[in-house]
Amino acid sequence: MRRDGRLPNYWKLILIVLPFAVALIALGIGRMSISPAEVIEVLRAKFFGGGYAGSELTEKTVMQLRLPRIILAALVGAGLSVSGTAFQSLFANPLATPDTLGVASGASFGAALGILLGFGLIGIQIMGLFMGAAAVTLTWLAGSGKDRGGLSYIVLSGIMIGSLFSALVSLIKYVADEESQLPAITYWLMGGLDRANYKTLALGAPVIIAGIIIFCLIRWRMNILPLSDDEAKASGVNIRLLRGVSVVSATAITASCVSMCGQVGWVGLIIPHMCRMLFGSNHLALVPASISLGAVFMIIVDTLARTISASEIPVSILTAIIGAPFFVVLMRRSGGWRI
Amino acid sequence: MSLLKIENGSFAYKGGPQILNNINVEVEPGEILAVLGPNGAGKTTLLRCMMDMLHWQEGRSLLDGEDIRTMPASTLWRRMAYVPQARSAGTTFTAFQTVLLGRSSRIGAFSAPSEEDMEIADRMMKTLGIDYLADKPCHAVSGGELQMILIARAMAAEPEILVLDEPESNLDFKNQLIVLDTMSKLAESGMACIFNTHYPAHALQRADKSLMLTKGGMNIYGRTKYVISEDDIRSIFGVNAVIDDAGEVQNITPISIVK
Repeated sequence: MRRDGRLPNYWKLILIVLPFAVALIALGIGRMSISPAEVIEVLRAKFFGGGYAGSELTEKTVMQLRLPRIILAALVGAGLSVSGTAFQSLFANPLATPDTLGVASGASFGAALGILLGFGLIGIQIMGLFMGAAAVTLTWLAGSGKDRGGLSYIVLSGIMIGSLFSALVSLIKYVADEESQLPAITYWLMGGLDRANYKTLALGAPVIIAGIIIFCLIRWRMNILPLSDDEAKASGVNIRLLRGVSVVSATAITASCVSMCGQVGWVGLIIPHMCRMLFGSNHLALVPASISLGAVFMIIVDTLARTISASEIPVSILTAIIGAPFFVVLMRRSGGWRI
Repeated sequence: MSLLKIENGSFAYKGGPQILNNINVEVEPGEILAVLGPNGAGKTTLLRCMMDMLHWQEGRSLLDGEDIRTMPASTLWRRMAYVPQARSAGTTFTAFQTVLLGRSSRIGAFSAPSEEDMEIADRMMKTLGIDYLADKPCHAVSGGELQMILIARAMAAEPEILVLDEPESNLDFKNQLIVLDTMSKLAESGMACIFNTHYPAHALQRADKSLMLTKGGMNIYGRTKYVISEDDIRSIFGVNAVIDDAGEVQNITPISIVK
């Protein structure tokens, strides 16, 4: 780690190369096994021209089935973990994440409402963003006292608000049309990346990418976020604007992820924590690291989800199985835990 | 025109009694102002109002004659810097990175600290004699060291006015002296310092001017030697005390509680 908190060059290199390397390997894994060299050949032919000599089936598997799904996994992983990082810093709370703050539940409700009302993916995303923002606002209002309370207040109120919105999701399922809407909502709620295609990517990816770019740009400023109110004001930074931009970006990323692949939990908790352990809490290093490792984690987990058994396991089940014990361990030692 | 001036400042929390009443204070470059008073008299409230973290109900704070409330934050906080109480355990940031944060008002929204910013942070740590802490994480340093790091962070903004909230409370004798000496040295170099304190003796030894607040919203302000008298300490703190200014060091010894 360099003195000013930047990543050393070799880490920069690792964090840039790793997601692509993992994606390359993941592209070859599946019911039809393809060697990395073959995968590179397909990609080269596709993006740099020159024709592909291999079978059409191989090309289709890589380009149509696996690539969009891996891109989606990378985006969702990177997005959820960078917004988890931002929420932790915003609330100066190691347990504040899109899941624990109720943002994900709020966004789920918005998205389910969008499906019920027959909206397209853009409408669903906007509804998700709106309700996700409502949830985080409610959590903040309920959980932050005069002196910001203990760390657990925010998480407790997040659980309350989260369960409120989960109840509202159930209400939507209850009133949804059993023939057409209910299966769609239920299927989508389970969370999975198997519906990935270039069309949904084109609609959902820009929001996630924009959010990620914003966090990259303001990453040094984000160091002001965990400071106390008075200290933040005395930094001379427009703290309201900084907090506003961070909340909106993190919520928009979460809503966009939720609307594309349902509620994939725990990523926003596990990866930011790992990165804080590895790289410390300076956002100069933390933001790029959580983006890169979030993408890597999600690609790996999703590859497991689609290959571990004959039929596919919803990815949210896997992240929960990894995440829940992780959360318990963290909670038990959170006395020694700092932002 | 004075560097910093509070004109007729008054403040009460919503539904509460008047805490600050008709405060008038002037501070010039190189001066130290001590804010004194018993617990709950509104010392911290006064500092927060002065820096516009709370808003005066009446009156205003002027920096070179300009109302602080209407100044852009980045302009204000390049000229004034705030040192909070070193209460919490700090962060995982190293001392150096914490000091660098003090440059925030001078670094663009999309930028990171430049070489020049880092040189200034280094210089401030050397000036305060804490360069040996540079690579230590802030949660692993002592209370006195953390207070010095926070002073260095404030200094990194290259301000003209330093506002310190009880900088020497919770510190042992030696660290109290280190912090107070640092303040005196900064004042000698032309910095205006305003600090809150529980200790009338520290005001007596260090401050050019003092503002003594009472619990009932009254205040006494002026040259320290006129403000801090045995009578004032009796009436405001409710303590019979003896001021000993015969020797080299002025001191105040509390004797008994006023019945």
